[in-house]
Amino acid sequence: MLERFGFKLVPRKAVPGYFVFLVSFGAIVAAIVVTGFIFWIYGVNPFAAYSTIVERTLLNSRGLSEVVRKSIPLLLAGVGLVLAFRAQFWNIGAEGQILAGAVGASGIALFVPLPPFVAIPAMFVAGFVAGALWGLVPAILKVRLGVNEIITTLMMNYIALYIVRWLINGPWKGDSVVGFSYSDMFHRSIWLPTIGNTRLHWPTLVLGLLLVVLLAVLITRTKLGFEIRMLGESPIAAKYSGVNVLFTTTMLIALSAGAAGLAGVGEVAGIHHRLVEPNSISLGFGYTAIIVAMLARGSPVAAVFTALFLGWVFASGDIMKVALGLPFQITGVINGLVLLFMISSEPLLRFRIARVSLKNPETAESETGTV
Amino acid sequence: MELDQVTYTFARALAFSTPLLWAALGEIMAERAGVVNLGVEGMMVLGAVIGFIVSQATGLPYLGLLFAAVTGALAALIHSFIAIILGANQYISGLAITIFGLGLSGLIGRTWVGQPLQAPMKFVTVPGLSEVPILGPAFFTDQYILTYVGLVTAGLLWFVLYYTRPGLILRTVGESPVAADAVGINVKVVRMLTVVFGGCMAGIGGGYLSIAYRPSWGEGMTNGMGWIALAITIFALWDPLRAVLASFFFGAFFFLSFLLQKMFPPELLTLMPYTFTIVALTLVALGKGRRAFGSPEALGVPYKRGER
Repeated sequence: MLERFGFKLVPRKAVPGYFVFLVSFGAIVAAIVVTGFIFWIYGVNPFAAYSTIVERTLLNSRGLSEVVRKSIPLLLAGVGLVLAFRAQFWNIGAEGQILAGAVGASGIALFVPLPPFVAIPAMFVAGFVAGALWGLVPAILKVRLGVNEIITTLMMNYIALYIVRWLINGPWKGDSVVGFSYSDMFHRSIWLPTIGNTRLHWPTLVLGLLLVVLLAVLITRTKLGFEIRMLGESPIAAKYSGVNVLFTTTMLIALSAGAAGLAGVGEVAGIHHRLVEPNSISLGFGYTAIIVAMLARGSPVAAVFTALFLGWVFASGDIMKVALGLPFQITGVINGLVLLFMISSEPLLRFRIARVSLKNPETAESETGTV
Repeated sequence: MELDQVTYTFARALAFSTPLLWAALGEIMAERAGVVNLGVEGMMVLGAVIGFIVSQATGLPYLGLLFAAVTGALAALIHSFIAIILGANQYISGLAITIFGLGLSGLIGRTWVGQPLQAPMKFVTVPGLSEVPILGPAFFTDQYILTYVGLVTAGLLWFVLYYTRPGLILRTVGESPVAADAVGINVKVVRMLTVVFGGCMAGIGGGYLSIAYRPSWGEGMTNGMGWIALAITIFALWDPLRAVLASFFFGAFFFLSFLLQKMFPPELLTLMPYTFTIVALTLVALGKGRRAFGSPEALGVPYKRGER
């Protein structure tokens, strides 16, 4: 169609980093603008709404700590997904892996009496293992039998959700709670320490940042990282060059799911201090982590920033609820819009518009980048 | 179990399988044309909330259902624009629709939560057939008209798919878009129409839930049914008639989890259908390789002319 006007789409050879950033940023701005219309429909002045949100989330220390606090689980789960997506494993199951991690940590906290300096690491280990096991089921089904991982990881989310509900209504229901479904409170000594009087449980944050560094090094500097990239870009080449595809993929996914498990540990040991309703443990962090990973476009370091952005969206959700009387579900709308605009802007990264020249018609060599 | 308990189980399983069937039929057609739609859950839940609101506001359940269908179609239009016209990643696009749909439905349905629908869809009992012993009470008494329309639609789609020219075109587009293009079929248009049709079906499935089966609106009331519809698509090997059986099977699982609540903790029963979905997909995979059981060859691959 464009040819008619003397233009055509030419596949880009290489996309400069600043341009990727600009396009992603544009997608986010578009989502924010559309959300502004939703505010307006709800009878809230969008400019007033956004200035309230910015004031209460970014311009005061309490708000800022909430942004960071909400980005902790997003970072852990998101950076794990960066890894999984790199290996072309569509893990939609971070939500369930977070819950599995929460259950693992609660099991230690409630039933294994340990001194605090052992108990806290033990909770993290248990959470990591539980999350990893939760991810291993779909991983093994995928690599051994080719079972669609999108559906299995999703089903595992629902299974985790109902197992948590069963635990807090049945075997793990606290003796001290009447009329509510929680476990007993964890012993005070094993609550994760926080910074000042905020809810920033820093050990989990440190773990998240360590994981980012670890994965960044792993992907760019090690043989395993090379294999991962090869797996993502050409599984067949990887296989013929001697990569143990089954083993490598399985281990990657276990690591990815374990990271989400750590996020679950942080939520129960750092925030709630007991096993609670699944929808309170995770406010959809596992699903949002997908957006964190997609926006980060395969880079663990970029995931720090995208996690902060989506943490800000969640923190804004609280402000919208409290200060503007808008329902919290608006965060889901914003998240969906960000993802929609981001994916729609993909062609901008793959093609550029050029004048039609007569000499060079065959630019058909596809240069579809990883998404 | 007593006999009438058995027939009752069958009857409720049939009722429960209906939304799964509608959504799965739509998805089967879309995937046959080569497009995966992970937005089914979002389209269902949007259909449910809009269907409920329109029915409640007007007192006309069938108008509500129409709006549910249109809502699903509109959401599918977004998906098809991104996935087909822009050629972006279909998985992410569908997923975004689901995240967006779950959020938006919660937002617009907030003030309607918990209201009983004033004029819900009424039960129908098939005259004559309902008198047949066992089968009558099991399949022809106190069902919703959508159940039967869904079953007939399954038959029609099966016929269209295998015995008509549009069906042939649809399958060609899904199996070999290059070949379809070569004989002058507009691949993108066929795919868009099919995806929009699929969204329409998902919307009706959602509308059935909020207007007929459980005439009310609750946040996230589809509860993963859209995902199960996607699993049914695979389990049914992309065949509309097999989808009837598969949906019934899952419907029975959902209903049994209600029925057995006295014996087991309800939460553990509720997770049965989800567990079974994994088991079913594993069984299908154990049975045969992907090609042998007829997954459309170009499934999930955007078509761009001039690319192989």
